[in-house]
Amino acid sequence: MTDAHTTGPFIAAIDQGTTSSRCIVFDKDGRIVSVDQKEHEQIFPKPGWVEHDAAEIWTNVQEVVAGAIEKAGITPADVQAIGITNQRETTLLWDKNTGEPVHNAIVWQDTRTDALCKELGRNVGQDRFRRQTGLPLASYFAGPKVRWLLDNVEGLRERAEAGDILFGTMDSWVIWNLTGGTDGGVHVTDVTNASRTLLMNLHEMRWDEKILQSMEIPAAVLPEIRSSAEVYGVAKAGPLAGVPVASALGDQQAALFGQTCFSQGEAKSTYGTGTFMLMNTGDQPVNSYNGLLTTVGYQIGEQKPVYALEGSIAVTGALVQWMRDQMGLIKSAAEIETLASSVEDNGGAYFVPAFSGLFAPYWRPDARGVIAGLTRYVTKAHIARAVLEATAWQTREISDAMTKDSGVELTALKVDGGMTSNNLLMQTLSDFLDAPVVRPMVAETTCLGAAYAAGLAVGFWSSTDELRANWRRAAEWTPRMDAATRDREYKNWLKAVERSMGWLDDES
Amino acid sequence: MAKNIQSLERAAAMLRLLAGGERRLGLTEVASSLGLAKGTAHGILRTLQAEGFVEQDPASGRYQLGAELLRLGSTYLDVHELRARALVWTDDLARSSGESVYLGVLHHKGVLIVHHVFRPDDSRQVLEVGAMQPLHSAALGKVLSAYDPVAHNEALENEREAFTPRTITDPEGFEAVLDLTRARGWAADVEETWDGVASIAAPIHDRRRMPVGAVGVTGAVERIRAGGELRPDLVAAVRDCARGVPGSGRRALLRRLPPPPVTPVTIAIPAAEPLTCVMTGTKLPFIGRHCRTPTGNTR
Ligand SMILES: Nc1ncnc2c1ncn2[C@@H]1O[C@H](COP(=O)(O)OP(=O)(O)OP(=O)(O)O)[C@@H](O)[C@H]1O
Ligand SMILES: [Mg+2]
Repeated sequence: MTDAHTTGPFIAAIDQGTTSSRCIVFDKDGRIVSVDQKEHEQIFPKPGWVEHDAAEIWTNVQEVVAGAIEKAGITPADVQAIGITNQRETTLLWDKNTGEPVHNAIVWQDTRTDALCKELGRNVGQDRFRRQTGLPLASYFAGPKVRWLLDNVEGLRERAEAGDILFGTMDSWVIWNLTGGTDGGVHVTDVTNASRTLLMNLHEMRWDEKILQSMEIPAAVLPEIRSSAEVYGVAKAGPLAGVPVASALGDQQAALFGQTCFSQGEAKSTYGTGTFMLMNTGDQPVNSYNGLLTTVGYQIGEQKPVYALEGSIAVTGALVQWMRDQMGLIKSAAEIETLASSVEDNGGAYFVPAFSGLFAPYWRPDARGVIAGLTRYVTKAHIARAVLEATAWQTREISDAMTKDSGVELTALKVDGGMTSNNLLMQTLSDFLDAPVVRPMVAETTCLGAAYAAGLAVGFWSSTDELRANWRRAAEWTPRMDAATRDREYKNWLKAVERSMGWLDDES
Repeated sequence: MAKNIQSLERAAAMLRLLAGGERRLGLTEVASSLGLAKGTAHGILRTLQAEGFVEQDPASGRYQLGAELLRLGSTYLDVHELRARALVWTDDLARSSGESVYLGVLHHKGVLIVHHVFRPDDSRQVLEVGAMQPLHSAALGKVLSAYDPVAHNEALENEREAFTPRTITDPEGFEAVLDLTRARGWAADVEETWDGVASIAAPIHDRRRMPVGAVGVTGAVERIRAGGELRPDLVAAVRDCARGVPGSGRRALLRRLPPPPVTPVTIAIPAAEPLTCVMTGTKLPFIGRHCRTPTGNTR
């Protein structure tokens, strides 16, 4: 049973993420056979703007696929299917005749469409399209980014109307290129990614013509909406030529799938660049009155779609990266724990990382980051602690909102993502939530979810029950904080959040 | 005091020279500044260059301090970094072995557990991160004692408590265990620390073959042993996890990911230290070849 050398067949998953692209090869037990990963450049042209070079991303994807296949020492014949998962909402338009992007991709964290969103809200405001889409009008989502590109790239609107331009989130871009690009590439997206555009009707799983009109987006640019687990096409070239491309899921939905949250009421929280808590709400979209999103969880082939409630936090791991890259206070992300552990508490400091405004549950584009409670006593170690606490408090806020919207009490939080290797953070999370925090044995649940969906599509796995049996507890943290301390700290945190709001003036 | 070695003194003087003032110097300048014959200076510079302490600019032929020197000061691998890098493969080890996995580093007189993966059987288990294990009897401790001279000294100089009738406490017996560990590349603990419990562990080396920690599985003795022998498949799985299997696609824990960026000039010695040792109540931040005390002295 302790075979170091697993035998095929395998599933390959591609995770086109915000900071990196990776490819992981999984065996039938869901065990990792090999991993390859490559970071790409984060382009910050102006305050609040974030872009990626889509050509670089496609090159990296090809490299990590080749890398993972080589490390696994296998051939395409050993691989039954490819699964795709991706950073969501990041928006690209490209020329379908040349395969060239018309502009850098606009990343989900980018806030350039704040004013546009306000304008689109007209007299109704943020919730103008919520009934149809489940989302507030916010710069986070893809639709307004498409509109911005059409308005700001010269001659683009004409080309788009002539049918020469394709829109896609990163799933579409990767699948189109994988399946041949200009030479017959398929232009598709899946229901989960489409549910993040502000353009899809959540009840019908179709592009909403009225919204397209309001946003002035020509239907000709849009990909076909498909389920999350079906064969879209076959890889044309490269190390996986001939292998079916059989799943697509936004990264957070993929993590929900990888954590095997297949039953109503099951939830997970993923700690990466940002943090996203998703709860399976079964075949009913649940409206949120507490600042959460209603979104599609997944759809397996012809089956009914499964919906989810989502609490989105824009900045968690990104704040640790900021401490490393912009502040130079640490040399690696993991060192934040070393620094933070050198003090007993936050020394009175609270860090609200509203770098892209505040996402859930506030949705305040006018907020910007603040560090509150500073005195001369505060050291960089206290700030490091405040950085980790920010992630934990933000989780507490969305978990409270989740309980209110769903009526489901949190008994234990299933976590995954890069930040879960931080022991202090996981303990703090358990303390602030006053609930156990549980990490599964495969921390790479995003890739695992994409692999699971692809494997289901091609019959590699037979059912979600089979997948559920693979889930194993790797670690569990239990609360140790007394209620009085928790309540006092939470109050302070909320005061700090208040101070981050209204920083931007109305007109900016 | 015994006479110092002249060539080492000269090499040290050269490094000081290159570190101060002008950063790049030609051979003639180095030789004349230190009052050395050109041939002598060149020999020393070439040796330093071979060790990576000095680099020669290919265009101008001038010398400057080498990257190795900067790296020397920052060899301390953060324990949290170690855990982050080990995550995927320790999870996998727990899954494939069906046992719990521990990652330990030398800390004071024992092994500090910096990472723990539960046994994958849904039973109730408690996270043991921050706990200590003994150097002389636990498998992780034996591995560290066998490969890290500092751990070796600690284990020899301190009391070796007999936790069970099987604990080896005499120095000769202990040295023999370490010899065996080095010879075969792994260590075991069969009811030498806890009755009914056995472990197998192997060393984790960094890119420069420095021992930075140990990883192992622990479980009921009847599962870890089969027919009176430690299960060879478990031994293989532990060693795979620790050092990777060439060609199998698995990489050693520390080679799997790119090394952390080396920040020149500043050498990270934190103001205070993070992990509290549950046994001694003291704290210690970094591991590496040696541990650092809060004052930055090598222990
Ligand atoms: N030990 C740690 N402590 C705190 N933060 C960490 C630690 N290790 C990684 N991180 C943070 O986690 C993030 C990386 O995690 P992960 O790889 O899951 O991110 P991600 O969001 O999935 O990336 P992508 O969007 O590219 O897929 C980074 O932002 C990094 O700063
Ligand atoms: Mg990710």
